[in-house]
This record gives sequence, structure tokens and C-alpha cells, in this order.
Amino acid sequence: MTILDPHLDPPLEPAAAGDAATDHGRGVAASAPAVRIADVSKRFGSGPSAVLALDRVSLDVERGEFLCIVGASGCGKSTLLNLVAGLDAPSAGTVDVQGRVALMFQEAALLPWRTAAQNVELALKFRKVPRAERRAQALELLSLVRLQDFADKRPHELSGGMRQRVALARALGQGADVLLMDEPFGALDAITRDVLHDEVERVAAEQQLTTIFVTHNVREAARLGDRIVLLSSRPGRVAAEFGVPVERPRRIESPEVSSIAADVTVRLREEVRRHAG
Amino acid sequence: MPADTVRDVRSGGHGGHDELDQELAGLDHLDLHEAARRPLGLRVWSALWPKLFAIGLVLAIWQFIVWREWKPRFVLPSPADVGSVLWDDLFTAELWRAVGHTMRRALTGFALSLVIGGVIGIAVTRSKVLRVAVGSMITGLQTMPSIAWFPLAILLFKISEEAILFVVVLGAAPSIANGIIAGVDSVPPILRRVGHTLGARGLGLYRDVVIPAAMPTVLTGLKQGWAFSWRSLMAGELLVLIPGTTSLGARLQFAREFSDAEGLIASMVVIFVIGVLVDSLVFGQIERRVLAKRGLRTEASNAPATVLRRRDLVGAAFAR
Repeated sequence: MTILDPHLDPPLEPAAAGDAATDHGRGVAASAPAVRIADVSKRFGSGPSAVLALDRVSLDVERGEFLCIVGASGCGKSTLLNLVAGLDAPSAGTVDVQGRVALMFQEAALLPWRTAAQNVELALKFRKVPRAERRAQALELLSLVRLQDFADKRPHELSGGMRQRVALARALGQGADVLLMDEPFGALDAITRDVLHDEVERVAAEQQLTTIFVTHNVREAARLGDRIVLLSSRPGRVAAEFGVPVERPRRIESPEVSSIAADVTVRLREEVRRHAG
Repeated sequence: MPADTVRDVRSGGHGGHDELDQELAGLDHLDLHEAARRPLGLRVWSALWPKLFAIGLVLAIWQFIVWREWKPRFVLPSPADVGSVLWDDLFTAELWRAVGHTMRRALTGFALSLVIGGVIGIAVTRSKVLRVAVGSMITGLQTMPSIAWFPLAILLFKISEEAILFVVVLGAAPSIANGIIAGVDSVPPILRRVGHTLGARGLGLYRDVVIPAAMPTVLTGLKQGWAFSWRSLMAGELLVLIPGTTSLGARLQFAREFSDAEGLIASMVVIFVIGVLVDSLVFGQIERRVLAKRGLRTEASNAPATVLRRRDLVGAAFAR
């Protein structure tokens, strides 16, 4: 299990868009993308009332890349994540994922009757980790998100940010190679969100995760992403792509991040105007 | 930690993970306020005095009515008279035989309701056809006063233990089934979804996600089932008097026939106390533990969460 190996060197200089794959390949064919979404359409319902949620979307996400997806309401962001997670099947096209997938939502969605550690242990249980090893591994995963001291607290005793970190530890417990995040920090206050950006960035780099991060918040996307994909709405299509050539560590209020966020916002607003009627 | 400090600490750029750790720890400590637990004595007292006060109030009103001589003493005795009869009864084998017999019937009935209600409830949650077919019927059964079943029960089973058991089960099983159905329905979809993404399927999903998530509502159903079976049982014991046996219901009936008002009210007090004890000591304790674990009820404020849960159930308890 790579994720529990503390000796892995985190990449010193996280890759800019494009050459992520070569930077931290895992000895697997370095050119194979971690996620390949090829010509994918998704239709809900049938006949004249059918809704086209995604229209011929193609996206490759490289191994270790941090991809942010932004878009207005109805752009099919969540649908896309469900397809990658295998919770739903595309109507047309193919989705290829290398490795295990874990999904995080806006709510931490922890099981309220289980402690933080027990929530992580459940992920290990379904991955067939022997019972005797689960507790130790869960504590190790919680210490990755700096929650080792709160292992025996139940979700209702934790703050929203802490719950999301437990959810992150649980996702790691699934042995995830690909981490899908659906607006995971949407419900958090600004300071907590800011600190969790650092945290997610650190964990993703340490664990060499491929991350697809969906958000409404353009600044957040510019803060976190190696690359930003803008989806248009109804139907969802790839409207534009932006590289984020800003060195890490980044700060959300830095001029470079702000200027990229401004570019993306201009384009996003154009998309929104198209729906004016 | 104010926002300015966060910015200052990190403005060094390559500050690294120590600062991030400190920030996380700082936020964690600001976010958590551990409520101090009050000492046990104080907690017991604050839970106890309103109950004692309520009992005292009821006794006072009762005594007041007796003093006003609204009814003659041999029809409406004073609390002190009933108390002394009850006290004497407590040292007779007769009372305890009656309590034993009644409790045996109650437990048998509840256990049988648990099995039958459980099987029906689980079956309905598993099958759409069954839900359409019997879902509303269960609610209908729940609202039907169980005393209305007795004539049929007596025709079917004569004056026998089976007749009583039949009605007790009909009273309790629908509530238990409904509790299970409502419980499974109330499992937040996001938890099922999480279970799914963790790789839980079929039985595993039920064992680790659905059943524990449904537990609070299921428990409310069990509690309601107990209340219904207890009511049905009392009705049954009044109507179905089996010669040669004694029971709490039979004591009520005999006390009335002998115009023994003190004995009658004393038996009623016993019935009331058993009902309250089972509800609060057995179900109350289990429920409190289950809810507290889920953060649905804390020591300080215990009303809202339960009220919400109760609303999940079809409000048949109040339909009588």
C-alpha cells in the first residue's frame, strides 16, 4: 500500500499543467492517463422529456494531476464525477480509470454512530483489511490529516472542517489513487477553507493522488488546480481549459492566483450570459 | 486565531508543514467547546424534581376533590386510603402472582409481535409490490382500536390465553413493522451513497449502514409497539377472564364487582407504574444511548430530536 508508506518523498516541485505524468509516475506506463473520459454523453430520461446532462465530453487527467472543474449550475459536474466513480454509466462514450476511486461530497457524510476512527475503519473493512490491523491503520490515516487526537470523537463532536478531514482520511483508507471531490469545502467558513486548501494540497502531493475537484468557486480552483476545466451548462460541454502555471505553495490572495481566477471568471460569465434567453 | 495571523504566519511562502499543523490545531481547538458535565447528583435531581412535582400536583388535586365531597368516599377514596391498600397489597402473594401472570402475557405478546412485525416490516422495505399491497393496510391496522378485535378473537379462540395473545399481537405488530419501514425510509440517501462508494453491497450495506442508520426510528416503533401491546393486554384481561387465573386486569374487574374502590385504584396505580417503568427504564435507556451516540440528543436539550423522529412515524399513537 503506497499511501501508508511514510518514506515516499513528496514531489518537491508539484508539476505544472501538462507534464504531471512524468513527474510522479509509479512505474506504470507513465503516459497512460489516470482518468480518460472519451466522448462521453449522459442523458437522463427518455423520449422528448429527456435531458442531456453531458454532451461529448472528453478529458484526460494525468497521474498525480490536480484538476479543477468549474461551471455554473446545470453543467453536469456532479454527473461527471458519478460517471468517473462508477456510480452511473454513460449513455455514450467511455470512462477509463486507472486505480481505485474515492468520492468526497459537500457533506462529510460520516456515519454518525461511528467514531472518527471507526468511520475510517469501515473503509478498510470493505477493502478486506484484516480486523486486527484496522485500528492501527485508521489511526495512521487520521494522523495524516492531523486528527490522531480526535480518533474517538463522534462526528457530531467535530467541526465541519474536521469532519471533512475525517472524510479525506476515509477516502485514503479506501486506498484511493483517484480522489473525486464534489464541492467539498462549500459549506465551510473562509478561514477553515483556506487552511484545508493547504491540507488537501499537501495530502494529495504526499499520497500522489490524482484529484478531480469540482467547485463553484473560481478562486478556489485557481488556488488548487494544476489545470482548470470550464464546463458549459445545459448540456455540459468542455467550454475552455486553463493551465495554472503558479508555483506552489500558493496563496489564495496572491496576485497570480487572482489574475487566473479573473480570466476564468470572464469566460464563465460569457457562458452564463449565453443562457439569458 | 484571527484571519490576519493566518496570513502573517504563511506569508513566508515556504513556511512548510509545521505552520499548517499549528493552524489546523488552532482551528480544531477553537471549534471544539467541550461542555462540562454537571455532577451526577445535580443531574439526577434536575431530572427528578419536575416528575415529583407533577405527581404531587396530581395527588393534591385528587385530595382536593375528595375534600369537596364531590362523590361519596366509598366511590372516590382519598389518596391516603388508596396508598395504604396498595402498601398492604405489596406484601401479598396475590398481587405478585397477578403481576407475574400479566407480565408473562405481555412479554410473550411483545416477543411474538417483534417477530411478526419484524418479518413484515423487513419484507415491505425489500419489495415495492409488497409496499403498495400492504403498506397502507399496516397503517390502517395500527389505527384500529384493538378492543374491536376481541369479539372476533373470542369467537375464534374462546375464552383463552390465545384470544388475548391474538389481540396483543394485532395491537403491537403493526407499530413495530411501521417503525422498521419508516426507519429504513428515513436513512439519508447520502449515507447509502457513501456505503456504495466504500464498496458495501447487499448484506454488508444493510449491516453497516442501513440498520444502524434506521435504529432510532425503529426503536421509536418498538416503544410504540410496547405501549399498544400493554393497552391491548389490559383490555383483554378485562374482557377475557379465564377462570382460575389472576391478572392485573382481572383484579380491576373483581374490584369493581365488589365495589372495592381502593383496591381498584390501587391496581390502576400498579398498571400505570409498570407501563412507565418499562417505557422509561427499558426503552428510554436504550433510546437515550442510541440517540446520544448519534448526537441527536444531548443531556441539556432532549426534546427536539425525539420529536422530529416521532414525526417520522405515522402518528397512529394519537389516533385513538
